[in-house]
Formats: sequence, structure tokens, C-alpha cells
Amino acid sequence: MVYKIKVNGRVRQVDVDGDTPLLWVLRDSLELKGAKFGCGAGFCGACTVHLNGAPIRSCTRPIQTVGDASITTIEAIGETALGRGVQRAWLDHDVVQCGYCQAGQIMSAAALIKTHPQPTDADIDAAMAGNLCRCATYLRIRAAIKDAAGAAVKGA
Amino acid sequence: MNKPLASLGLDHATRRAFLKVGLAAGGGLLISFSVPLEAQAEDGEGVSLNAYLRIAPNGVVTIASKNPEIGQGIKTALPMIIAEELDVDWSAVRIVQAATDSKAYGSQFAGGSTATPLNWDPMRRVGAAGRAMLVSAAAQTWAVPEAECQTSAGVVRHGPSGRTLTYGTLASKAASLPAPDLAKVSLKDPKDFKIIGHSKGGVDSPLVVAGKPLFGIDVIVPGMLYAVYEKCPVFGGKVVSANLSDVVAIKGVRKVFIVKGGEELNGLLDGVAIVADSWWTASKARKTLKVVWDEGPTASQSSAGFAARAIELSGQPGGKSLRADGDTNAALTGAAKVVEAAYAYPFLAHATLEPQNCTADVRGGKAEIWAPTQVPQRGAALVAKTLGLAEADVTVHMTRCGGGFGRRLNNDYMVEAAKISQVAGAPVKLLWNRSDDLRHDFYRPAGWHFLKAGLDGSGKLIAWRDHFITFGAADKFAPSADMSGTEFPARLIDNCLIEATLMPCGVPTGPLRAPGSNALSFAFQSFIDELAHAAGKDPVAFRLELLGAPRPIGKAGELIFDTGRARGVIELVAQMSGWGAALPKGEGMGVGFYFSHRGYFAEVVKARVAPEGRITVEKVWVAGDIGSQIINPTGAENQAQGAVLDGLAEALGQEIVIEAGAATASNFDGFRLLRMPQACPVEVRFLKTDNPPTGMGEPALPPVAPALCNAIFAATGHRVRRLPIDTAALKWT
Repeated sequence: MVYKIKVNGRVRQVDVDGDTPLLWVLRDSLELKGAKFGCGAGFCGACTVHLNGAPIRSCTRPIQTVGDASITTIEAIGETALGRGVQRAWLDHDVVQCGYCQAGQIMSAAALIKTHPQPTDADIDAAMAGNLCRCATYLRIRAAIKDAAGAAVKGA
Repeated sequence: MNKPLASLGLDHATRRAFLKVGLAAGGGLLISFSVPLEAQAEDGEGVSLNAYLRIAPNGVVTIASKNPEIGQGIKTALPMIIAEELDVDWSAVRIVQAATDSKAYGSQFAGGSTATPLNWDPMRRVGAAGRAMLVSAAAQTWAVPEAECQTSAGVVRHGPSGRTLTYGTLASKAASLPAPDLAKVSLKDPKDFKIIGHSKGGVDSPLVVAGKPLFGIDVIVPGMLYAVYEKCPVFGGKVVSANLSDVVAIKGVRKVFIVKGGEELNGLLDGVAIVADSWWTASKARKTLKVVWDEGPTASQSSAGFAARAIELSGQPGGKSLRADGDTNAALTGAAKVVEAAYAYPFLAHATLEPQNCTADVRGGKAEIWAPTQVPQRGAALVAKTLGLAEADVTVHMTRCGGGFGRRLNNDYMVEAAKISQVAGAPVKLLWNRSDDLRHDFYRPAGWHFLKAGLDGSGKLIAWRDHFITFGAADKFAPSADMSGTEFPARLIDNCLIEATLMPCGVPTGPLRAPGSNALSFAFQSFIDELAHAAGKDPVAFRLELLGAPRPIGKAGELIFDTGRARGVIELVAQMSGWGAALPKGEGMGVGFYFSHRGYFAEVVKARVAPEGRITVEKVWVAGDIGSQIINPTGAENQAQGAVLDGLAEALGQEIVIEAGAATASNFDGFRLLRMPQACPVEVRFLKTDNPPTGMGEPALPPVAPALCNAIFAATGHRVRRLPIDTAALKWT
């Protein structure tokens, strides 16, 4: 079946089964490889994208339920000052080891800072607990989130 | 076939980010990237000075990084070494992943924390050779002696006249000169290092944070199909039959076929391949697939069965002697105090976050392969042998790996993809799901140690006996189920008896980050803690006494262990952690030390245990000695922190349970990785000693599990002798 979805500000048309998870539409139909497959069950968060600004696990979200919601992926997160700030903070803290989870981490972090401009450690724990990092770069992720939030507050 | 590489950004120079390093207000390391310079000049064609170096007319230097990048930071670290000796600005450097080419690069692999010790000197010489050629080119141009020329930041300067020429200008001429003898090139004095020892952010990180396709799973080959591969849940099981026609009838499914495999668990195994237009279609079609399996002999094996058998075997004489110093049994008989304990640890999975995958195009007798692998050369050999191709006709492109941890030292998924592509007659991307990954791993072997030690009247350790029950057939250990006779504290005790008894095991085993030591450290460093308490001594003081005076120990042919380096890190971590402070009941500090993969690491854990048994790790202090140079300090700290948190996760909750010959875990609900709320602060310091630089991928991991268990003992009086930790057993009032 043909679906029209709005991804990174563009309407895209795909012909897939209605139960196809958004992740596979993004990755294999639209060739947006940033969102990653880690578990297929919402346990790891590597597939995190924004749906109307809120973080969702795209691996468990069937395309037929996306409707006209606006999807943002890691490929476009740098188009906002906040998203760019998060990416910059990730580089400033040299967060990345293997890097596989980091797109999902950044998407969760950007959504957190948007709703909690000055996140506490407890806010970070709650918002990021669904994003696994097998290399365990959590300490640098936490520091980067605080820096990015601080920069976003200053810039506002 | 160049297009797919372009889609990965692998054949273009990585756009480098320029870094500044300074001390943050809090004393931490601050790294700032100026820009991923999209607008920066491309490297252009340039000329190659050797397999590693290409210099463009504009001075941009492209350095090939020869080993796979699995998150250990080698794609940054090895080029740093070359760039240092070449004497260029890091901002002028672009880095590319080298091709798999043993003629040009020798051995290319990621494993055993070996890249630094094996490549430190050779990579320095590669860079120095490039600099020597550029200096020669300048000296010839000016008709002056080479000795009058100096280099700095990509420029050769003639001292007496003050004339300068850039490397970019000199590159063509330099490339026409004979390559110097690598053994004779002169190397920099380390005090002049400008890149080595200075933190550089991961060279691909700007691409990672932008979501660029870098990983194996991201590869696109024009016209490729997608595959899944169903194997018998019981290890080594064979396909009897399958309802292929039901599956091939599904819309979007192109081919379904049985693959006959061999007997080697790390080669091609029996299974059913489903090839479809999309991975989702192939994955869904698995639900229709019904396979009749011949499960084979492993179906009778289980974790519980192995544990029961280990206890039976512990009562029998050891089957294989690993060390026999002095007369341990006599010393135990004569000891003032004897302590006995049994330690056990489970199978563990690697669970790389990027599931196993490989894209293969095997047509016309040639194979082209894109894979996240730690051993591309071994993979090419396996594919050639299994598919009946000439090794020269197999090309393996190394992609970035979404984690390695030892899992990708086996290329089972590579040979599966190659076989499926060969049968399908089309390029195919094989992707495993998480269940495939957890159920078809090469697990860290479970193990059992039946330990007995003797103390003399002064509390000195005088005898050590370990009956190690592990896996293997006859006299041959299963992969990574072995132990050397030199594991700490062997060689420090006059009476030391280490024996192993091997049980047959059909479960595939293999190396997991810090293989051997990740488990042995738990058993031995926990038992040493028991001995310290039995001797009425402080655990740090007891270890220092055991180490004795600073000296190298080990016979010819053995790995040398330096007690001075061990003392150094133990003393440092005690100082860092404020060791010895009195803590209330329910809180405790524990220490662990291990010598693993040439690195000396001592760690202290501070933990809190709630009366109902819940554990909170509050902080970990890490002191490490990996030699005279920390090549990339930010990378080394990241590795140490990650390894420590990885080790905590293993101790706190990881276990692969085998039932009826198969692993029971199917996803991250059953195999638990550490999450953000559990990630405690980890403070890392390195002690620089006058020793050759060694690797960081592994050695920080082993001490943390026993340090945690020893902290739990200090907090509660409960001794943890089995991993993962059973919190229900830690209740206290």
C-alpha cells in the first residue's frame, strides 16, 4: 500500500505493507540510515526518531499509524540550533566509541532538552534510560547533555 | 563497485575536525572541535609516499588506518602516531580506512588490545620515513645537506637560508625518491610530541553525530536483496526439512533455500535462507517458516547440567596440570589457616549493538564483501575455503563496526552472507535480529574454580591451589576456556598448584573483551580478599605484601610481570579513593587488581547495599599503567570508563542460560546491559612508567567485578562467589 509520510520537512511516498515499522521505511525505503536497528522491540532506543517533536522507537511503530505526523530523524536534527548544540556537545566531550547508538541518544537528548531546558540528573536518568550504549559512554553523554542544555539556555 | 563505498563515505577523506584541548574549570578534560569543515578543501589526488600516506598539492595529508574500527578508537590513534612523526598539523590530516591488503599492511585485525603494542614503533617509522623523503626532496631542490633542513607542521625549512617549502609542493619529488630503510629512520624525542599524548576526538565522530552511513548495516549495493538466516536453536543442529514452498509464496519473497553447513561451529552451519525484496519482508516470512531439525547431541546440555557436573568433577583429581610449584598439598597441611571456596561464573554474550550483518556479492567466481569484522583477512580466507573460491578473488571491505568486544573475531555471519549471495545469484544483505545474535554467539565460557589456600602464622599466603573446571574435549580447551599457569597470583607463591578438568561442551565459546581475565579476575581477586580478611589484614596491604619488592618476575618464555608496576597502581588507587575510611554498615569499598593484556589496573569500588539487597555503585576509581605514552588521552579515558561500566554490567546482571542445548535469552529484556541510571562516576588516572605503550581496549575491565564484590562484602559481610550477583542473597539487618 502507498503511504505518504512527512520526514524531515518533506512529504515522501512509499509503497510498503502497513505493518512495516517506520524504522525500515526510513532505512530501506528512504535510505535514511541514521536511525539504527538494535533490538526490534523498543528495548534499546537505537532507532529513536521524533514524531511531532516527541521521541519514539521507530522499530515498533507501524507505518500505518504514522498518518500526517511530522517525523524528524538524526539526519535533520542539526537544522535546529538546539539539535546542532547537542551534536556539538557530543563532539566537545568526545562521547563516541563505536557510535552505533549515538543517533538514538542524540534524538532522546534533544527531545529532553526541549521539554526540560535545564535537566537534572534525575531528568537525564528518566529520559535516557531507554537508550542503551553497549560501549557505556553514559558519563560523557550525561556531561554533553548538561553542556548542550546550558548552551541552549544561554543562547535563548 | 565503487559506488557503494562512496555511499559509505569510506573512499573520501574524513572531514577532520580541529580540536583544542585544555583544562576545564573543574579540572576535567575539555575538548573542543572547531568545525567539521564541510567547506574545507578536498584532499585532491595527491601522491602516495607509501601505503599509508598520500600528500596533496595543497598540503592535505591522507593517512590510511589499517585496522578495523570497533569503537576502540584505533582509526584515530594509529594515524596520530604517523602524523606525529611525519610532522604535520593534525588539522591537515584526513583519514581513510585502509583496504584489506596483507601485502601492503601486514596483519589487519582488532583484538587482544594489540594494536598499540604491535604498531607503536612501526607506525612511527612509517611517518618518519615520509618525513625523511620530504626532507630529501627539499635538500635536493635547494642543493643543500639534509642535515641543514628541519621540519615543522608540514613545512621543510632550510636553517641557514631560511627558505621553506611545503610538503604539498615537495610531495611529487619526494614520491620519486627511494623509500628509506624503516629500521634506520630517525624518530622524534617524545618530549617534542605535538599530537601523541594530546587528546584528539574520534575522527569519524562528526559523521556519527550527523547520522551518516558508516556501519556494515548501512551498506547499499545496487540491486541488492535482503536475507535472514534461520539456524537450529540447538547449537550444531541440522536441517531435516522445511516448508520452503509456503514461504516462497509470500509476496516479496524471492528465494527460500536450505543451506548445508559443516561441523565447525565458527564456520557455515546448516540453516534456511529467506531472500526477499526488503528485510522486513524476509523477517516476517520467518514466522511462516517451519523447519524440522535434527538437534544433535548438544540438546542434552544445559547450564544447570554443567554446574552439577563441575561439582562432581571437583571431587576428582585434576585432569591437566597448568602449574605445580613447590609442594602445595604439604604446605596446606602445615598451614596455620586454610581457606576454601568455590567460585563460578556464567556464559556471557557480546551483544554488540549493531547486530551481525554482512553484505556480499558473490557472482562469477568472485566475492565482494562489506562487513563489520574484527578479522577481515581471516574472513576472506573462510569465505574462499567454504565457497571454493580463490582467496585472491575475495575482497573484504572493512566497515565501521557497531561494537566488537570479541564477537566479530568470528566471521560466521560473513560466510553465511557469502553463501546466500552465491546461491541467490545476487548481492545480498544478511541481517540478524537480536534473538539470532543472543542465541548464536560465541559465548564467554562459564567456569568453576575450586580454590584452597594456606596462610602461615603471620598471615602470609604460603599455598594456593585452584582446580579449574572448564570446557574442552580430551586435552584441548574449548575456545577461550583456557587458562595460563601464570595468572596472578601464580609466580608470587612458592607452593602453587593449578589444575584443570575439561568437560565436553557443544555450546560455541569465544573471546569476550579481556578474555580469560574478565572471569579469572573475579574468582582470584575475590578469593584474595577472603584471604586478606582471614589473615586479619587490610585488603590493599595484603596485596602489596603478596607482591613484595618491585621486580620483574617470570621465567624465560613466560610473560613478564612487574610487581613494581602492580604496586604503583594499587598504591595510586588507594590514594585516589581515600582507601581505609570508615563507612557505615551497608556501605563498603572493595579493591581489585589485574594484569591483563599487558596493562596493570587497580580499581576501587564504593557501593551501597540496601537492607533488602539492592546494590548502588556510587563510584569507581581506576589507576592504570599502560606504559610511557597515552597516545590519545581522551580515547584512553573513554575506554577505561566504558570497560569499567561494562564489567559492572556483567557482574550485576548478565548471564546466558543454556537449556536443552540452546540459549534462552531472546532480547535485551533477558540479557541486560547497563543503562544510564546505573552509570556511576568513574575516575581514571594513568601512571606513566618507562615501558612501551600498550593497549586500552581490555585491561581496565577485569578488576571491577571483584572490586564490587569485595565492596559488597565490606558493606554486608556477604561474600559473592557466583556471578551474576544474586541480590536476594545480600539482605542484611
